[in-house]
Parts: sequence; structure tokens; C-alpha cells
Amino acid sequence: MPAVTLEHITKTYDKGRIQAVTDLSFTVEKGELFGLIGPDGAGKSTVFRILTTLLLADKGTATVEGLDTVKDFKKIRGAVGYMPGKFSLYQDLTVEENLHFFAALFGTTVEKNYGLIKDIYEQIKPFSTRRAGKLSGGMKQKLALCCALIHKPVVLFLDEPTTGVDAVSRKEFWDMLKRLKAEGITILVSTPYMDEADLCERIALIQEGKILSIDTPANIVKAYPEKLYAVRADSIHKLLLDIRLYPDTLSCYSFGEHLHVSFRNGEKNDQNGPEGLRTYLEQKGHNRIEIKPTPATIEDSFIRLMAGNDKGASKNIPA
Amino acid sequence: MSEKAIVCKDLTKEFGDFTAVNKISFEVNTGEIYGFLGANGAGKTTAMRMLCGLSYPTSGEAMVAGFNVYKQQESIKKNIGYMSQKFSLYENLTIRENIEFYGGIYGLSDQQLKSKEDELITTLGLEKEAKKLVGGLPLGWKQKLAFSVAIIHQPKIVFLDEPTGGVDPVTRRQFWDLIYEASAKGITIFVTTHYMDEAEYCGRISIMVDGRIDALDTPANLKQQFSATTMDEVFYALARGAKRSAD
Repeated sequence: MPAVTLEHITKTYDKGRIQAVTDLSFTVEKGELFGLIGPDGAGKSTVFRILTTLLLADKGTATVEGLDTVKDFKKIRGAVGYMPGKFSLYQDLTVEENLHFFAALFGTTVEKNYGLIKDIYEQIKPFSTRRAGKLSGGMKQKLALCCALIHKPVVLFLDEPTTGVDAVSRKEFWDMLKRLKAEGITILVSTPYMDEADLCERIALIQEGKILSIDTPANIVKAYPEKLYAVRADSIHKLLLDIRLYPDTLSCYSFGEHLHVSFRNGEKNDQNGPEGLRTYLEQKGHNRIEIKPTPATIEDSFIRLMAGNDKGASKNIPA
Repeated sequence: MSEKAIVCKDLTKEFGDFTAVNKISFEVNTGEIYGFLGANGAGKTTAMRMLCGLSYPTSGEAMVAGFNVYKQQESIKKNIGYMSQKFSLYENLTIRENIEFYGGIYGLSDQQLKSKEDELITTLGLEKEAKKLVGGLPLGWKQKLAFSVAIIHQPKIVFLDEPTGGVDPVTRRQFWDLIYEASAKGITIFVTTHYMDEAEYCGRISIMVDGRIDALDTPANLKQQFSATTMDEVFYALARGAKRSAD
């Protein structure tokens, strides 16, 4: 039995005017670290709110630990932990009071399950008498995670736990998730940061309420259809504009210090691909041109799938 | 006007016995894209508030768009643009109403407003949505519109506080196209971001740690200096040593 299932879930808001998620189906296996990857407005929070029984779907069914999200909502609420995207603890209670409150609410004690949160809680323990509203963003995030874990949930739902968090704190947070996974907890986590996708076992790329792709991160990048090249030269912005005008360019966009470029007709004919591009760029007066093959990343796949998902591909892909 | 958009020397802000910003010094050239990076709580927001004329420094000197941060706060506000992920446009106003509102606040004449309004809506391809409420637009569109509105009065500098947070990867890049265009027109860009690939798009960047600027250079030079292959590694090497994590 999978830990989470969604079958043909559809949810609209504003009397059907806003389509939040459309015919969404996927499963999360027990003990899996599963990522929902997509930008704001993709429908990630709607999925979380349906699974945590806080929202009713218009159509479709969903289960958590075999329990139906509509019929068995009370049992689900006792069995899962949920960290919403927006900080939702009691701002006027102290760190310690919040933790005890949530433990009591779930009919347990902090002492009983302390082992599970020890590593995380010790980082905020020096501030245990501070009111939650007065904590920094990083500390709020740790306290929220402790409160979501204190009743030892079987499934943990984390909605954008790392949004707005700096690169160092994000790394630390993912290390914590790995340790929780080792405890056997199923984790469903969402993020708008594509680089975090690689840290999940399986991911669903989601955009405008629909799944673009669902697989392991390795398989998703392996399925990238074209050969991808990393290109750079002295004047990177002029380079971008010039490559977009090159007739054989399929797509060209910024990617860190390089541009990522793919060609029409793939790599069958090098004359129309990278070699042709080099000649073209030399004629355009570019200096220190570097063109080398590069593996696709999740972000490349997402950009490619977004373009494919849309009928007017040229509108979306910045080619 | 001087060639420097921002000149900042030993700028400091203390709250009681807490030094939020500790003697930071840097200069930003006119038309430059300057990345202002740092971990959460490093002091970026406090520094930005002083540069935008919203808060007085405790000590140190700074000139923004040629105006003094102690004595000419109102002149600074008129000559800069500002947008962030949190504060951008009024959701309950239409696209046209937002443009009129902000243009009006920045003192554009009715005639200027009308032509700017049409120009902006056409450039962004929002003709069909012009009379719709901003609240119903996808985030990416909101942010592109917010940026265009933030520079509607052709400011000398625009401050962008995490403008692309939560935006999809395609729209994020389109947003940077707008930044490049504005920079090419001579508008100085002062931008913060948590996306390290975006640090690469800046001409120069500084990285704040515990209230200080611990590094300042072009992305290429910083990577060389820290023997790193990506900006992510540079950031990690610097921010890992941070003592504080307050926001």
C-alpha cells in the first residue's frame, strides 16, 4: 500500500474560474522522499491542503496511509505532520509552549518523542523562552518542523520549507530531511528551487496545476531530448542576443555563467550545430568563444517541458 | 551628476548594542548591475533601507543618485525605483489603474502617463489583460509588471529585493532580460537574490556576512579568489562562517 495516492484530483477556486489543479494523479511510496517541484501558482499548496484534509477536491479521490481524505479525515489528521508554507504557529507562545501545545493536541508528550526532534530542537533550545513571533526566519522554520514532528507522524507534508531561505540554511534543512527519512517517515516536500530536486528520490514537475513529468531526478534529465551545449564568450548578453538570431538555434537561455544552447536537427550535422555556431559567432566579432557539451539539469528539463506543454512553444522558450 | 550611482563609506547601523550593518563601503557605477548578496540576517535589508532613504545610518557616509542619505532622503526617494517580492502592486486595482497610480505618485503628467501606459502594456504583451485585476495575474507577470512600474519615472537607480523568488525558470530569465534592457538604458540595478545562478548575471557582487561586506568583485574574480567553480561554492565558503542567523 502506498503512503499517498491521488487519483484524478481536480480543484477549482472562485466558482470554477481559477483552475488550481487539473486531473492530477500520482502515488508516493512508504518511506519515500518525494518532491513536488514547481513555481508559485503551480498548485502545490492545493495538493498539500487536499492531502491534509483541509480542503475538499472538486473531483477525484485521494488517500493517505490507505485512509480516504474525505471519509477518514479525522484519522488522517492524527497520523500526519504538516508544515504549511506560511508560518502558522502561535506567535504569542514561546518556543517551548508551542512545542508542548502541539504535543498535547496530539495526545502525546514532548518527552515521549524527543528523540525524533532532538537534533533540530537543540539548535533552537537557547531561545526556548522566546516568543515564536520574535524568532528569525531560520529558527521559525526549525520550530515549525519540530511541532510537525512531535507526535511522530507516519507521513510528513512540508510545503515550501526553504522558500526565501539562504543557500547555506537550505543545505542544512535538507540534511535534516535525510535523517528523518532514515527514521522511516514518508516525506512529501515542495519547493520552487530546481536545484533541490536532486535531493529527492522521485519528483513531480508541476506547472499550472498539471504534472509535466514524474520520475527519479536522474531519469528526468536522461530523457532530455536534445544535446545541450554550454556556451560563453566575453560579452555574454550580446552573445545571448546573437545566438537567438542564429537560424539553427532551437533554444538559448542564460544558465549561470554560461548560456545553454540546443540546435534544430539535433547533432546530426555538426556544420549546422556547434561548429556552425562558432563560425557564426566569430563573424559577429565575439572573443574567447567556448562551446562544450553539457549534461541537462532538472532546471533545463523543466524549461524544456514548459515549452512542450504549451502550444505556442516559441512564446515560452526564450529562443 | 557624478558617475557613481552609489557611494558608500563605513556605513553603519546599530540597534541598541546590536550592530546590524558594520562599516560597509562600496561604490556602484551608473548603469551597472550590482548584486547585493548575503545570508538571512546578514544585514542586507537594513543596508538597503538606509540607501533608499527609509532609515538613518548610525554613522558613516553614503550618497545615492547624488543625494546624501542623512539630509536628502526625500530627493533619494524621488530618484530611485523599488520593488520586492513582498511589496509590488495593488492586487485590487487593474493593470492600468496600477500604472496610473504609481505614475501619478511619481509625478508624471497626464500626457506622459497615457503614453507610458500604452507603451508598457504593449511591451509586456498585456493588451488583453489591461483591464483585469492584478490579483488574478500569474506571479511571473505580476513581477514583470511591477518592475516596469518601478522604473516608470526613469529613476537613476532601481532597488530589487528578491524580485524572482518563487518565479518559474522561464519567467525568471525573461525578468533578467528586462533588467539587462533597463541597464542598457543607463538605469543602475541594485539587486538581491537567493538564486546563485543569478549572481552570475551581475556585473559585480558583494557578499555580506554578519553585517560586514566580506567579498566584493566580479563573479569570475570571486570564483578565482575562492578556487570555486560556481558562485554557490563561493557563497557557501563565506556564509558558512556566519555567527548570526537572525532575520
